[in-house]
Amino acid sequence: MSAVISANSIPLPDPPAELVRQPLVLNQRPLGWISDRVAAVTEGPAPLWWKVSFGISFLVMLMCFSMIGYLISTGVGVWGNRHPVMWAWDIVNFVWWIGIGHAGTLISAILFLLRQRWRTSINRAAEAMTIFAVMCAMIFPLIHVGRVWFAWWLFPIPNANSVWPQFRSPLMWDVFAVSTYFTVSTLFWYVGLLPDLATMRDRAKTKLRKILYGLFALGWTGSNRHWNNYEKAYLILAGLSTPLVLSVHSIVSLDFSVSQLPGWHTTIFPPYFVAGAIFSGFGMVLTLLIPLRAVCKLEEVITMRHIDLMCKVTLATGSIVGYAYGMEFFIAWYSGNPYERFCFVNRAFGPYWWAYWAMISCNVLVPQLFWFKKIKRNLVIVFIISILVNIGMWFERFVIIATSLHRDFMPSNWGYYKPTFVDVCTYMGTFGLFFTCFLLFLRFVPMIAMSEVKGITPQADPHHPLGGAKGGPR
Amino acid sequence: MSDVFPKWTNQLPLKILIGAGLVGSAVVAGAWYYLTPKYARVGYQPLQPVAFSHAIHADQLGMDCRYCHNAVEKSWYSNIPAAGTCMNCHNQVLKDDPRLALVRESAASGKPIPWVQIHKVPDFVYFNHSVHVGRGISCVECHGPIHKMDEVRHAKELSMTFCLDCHRHPAAKIRPLDKVTQLDWKWSQDPKENERLQKLHGEKMVADWKVESLESCSACHR
Repeated sequence: MSAVISANSIPLPDPPAELVRQPLVLNQRPLGWISDRVAAVTEGPAPLWWKVSFGISFLVMLMCFSMIGYLISTGVGVWGNRHPVMWAWDIVNFVWWIGIGHAGTLISAILFLLRQRWRTSINRAAEAMTIFAVMCAMIFPLIHVGRVWFAWWLFPIPNANSVWPQFRSPLMWDVFAVSTYFTVSTLFWYVGLLPDLATMRDRAKTKLRKILYGLFALGWTGSNRHWNNYEKAYLILAGLSTPLVLSVHSIVSLDFSVSQLPGWHTTIFPPYFVAGAIFSGFGMVLTLLIPLRAVCKLEEVITMRHIDLMCKVTLATGSIVGYAYGMEFFIAWYSGNPYERFCFVNRAFGPYWWAYWAMISCNVLVPQLFWFKKIKRNLVIVFIISILVNIGMWFERFVIIATSLHRDFMPSNWGYYKPTFVDVCTYMGTFGLFFTCFLLFLRFVPMIAMSEVKGITPQADPHHPLGGAKGGPR
Repeated sequence: MSDVFPKWTNQLPLKILIGAGLVGSAVVAGAWYYLTPKYARVGYQPLQPVAFSHAIHADQLGMDCRYCHNAVEKSWYSNIPAAGTCMNCHNQVLKDDPRLALVRESAASGKPIPWVQIHKVPDFVYFNHSVHVGRGISCVECHGPIHKMDEVRHAKELSMTFCLDCHRHPAAKIRPLDKVTQLDWKWSQDPKENERLQKLHGEKMVADWKVESLESCSACHR
């Protein structure tokens, strides 16, 4: 469909079809329509799908909490972590959830600085996903310490013991990296929300909604000065978040690569982990948004072009991850280190071969299907691939952690790790926490950055034939 | 908007911020003071079954600590004497005093006097008296001026900070071995001169005696 409408007064020829930009909001929807359509998700009685999915998520979340309660009251022995695999699902899940968070910050910060206008339709939901994913992630290091009441020792707080945390340990850097990431992501998300919260406040029918949205809108009036300050704050936060996209997962990877275990002790880890994180994050964004755009009737805002672009990012990062897997094997051979070689052969053909090949198929082979336009346009297949990506990325962390640990230098030290039902239920339970938070977000906060989407429509551009006060459909 | 929030609410965020700052500081200050051993331990002075006075015995009579706590140089544990040790003198001195009834009874029956323990490190801490006393760390460093106390009280905090302060700077506390049980011994009555001599001799003693003053976790948490 042609997006360009020549103003009658300007006799310009239409540009050739291949130069026409695909519109980011279809059907030349006016600004009011965008507000109505996005805000409709939060207004009126909750739809049935929401109630059902919220009920299920809530129950699963309760299961998560009861598992954590059982763990704390009984001890970490209820997990399958045994010598020699002392890090297992806890750290796998931590890294997995943290990785998922990365897409949100990438979309909101890096794509903002790169002036990628398509980010506006998906950044709000992706940032919310980031925050909730980081919350799920933070649970695991917190509870795996065993005596959770001492978890505050992770922070450098002056105490009567005259000892500080080990600042030379990457586990310590992790505390700072993840908590900074969570704080900045939340701030960034909230600052971006301000104009939309004010819209919600102004649309509110009941007194309670007026008060609550009014409180969180911080007195936003949409004045020039407000917009001016807002844009500056948003740009600064985008600048602050950008290095975090790269640093957080780099530091998470140092948890492994600073140690001397074959399979962990490699310099490729930071970039490889960051690529994997963005890969899994985009997988999760696709998993969430493909059904949501249908049930919330937002196909005209989250268009097929958005899906296509996200598929491309997934393909690119998936290929980087595949390259990293290949490079790990090459170095294992090229280094001439027998332990390193053994570790990688053991990964692919040892007792955990099934995890390795699940990882390879989901992370390297399946995303290659995104080279084909036909596949990117088939939402069912894209949805399935996005889930496979997340399964694959979970297996990646499992492969790195469990297979490296279970057979190290001394055969007398070998073992085989098996999870317990508490491991499984805690992990499954974090999905309950994640989706409970995400569904609440859908119902109470506009899931698309309305003000930003309006900003990229032709109507917002005073030089566009439809823009400014020149008329056009309203 | 204005129909929901009256004008006075404009000041509210600032007030909340200031209030939260004050409450936060109070909580930190309160925890710092009331929840640390400086408050929770120092001053603990339980009533003992026998009103034994260290001031009379150790200071006025000049008895050595090791007359009663005779295992302190050989054992990790500084023993509380059996009543028989008391009776060495008290079968002659104050031998019918009603305040010593429990001591006589204990000496006769062999049933120990139920003293209330005051200085106690947690179960996860290993402390060895002999190694400290044997390397010139005086009783007074951890127990305070016991020889001036009628009833013993917890004088020092015995927190981990307290242990580590000395383990990090042993030269500031170490003294000649024959002065370990002379609780108010000093190099010099002049504080400045005392400090100079302590530094001078302290470092030499630490080096000569190969004082390790371990700081590894497993030194105490075994």
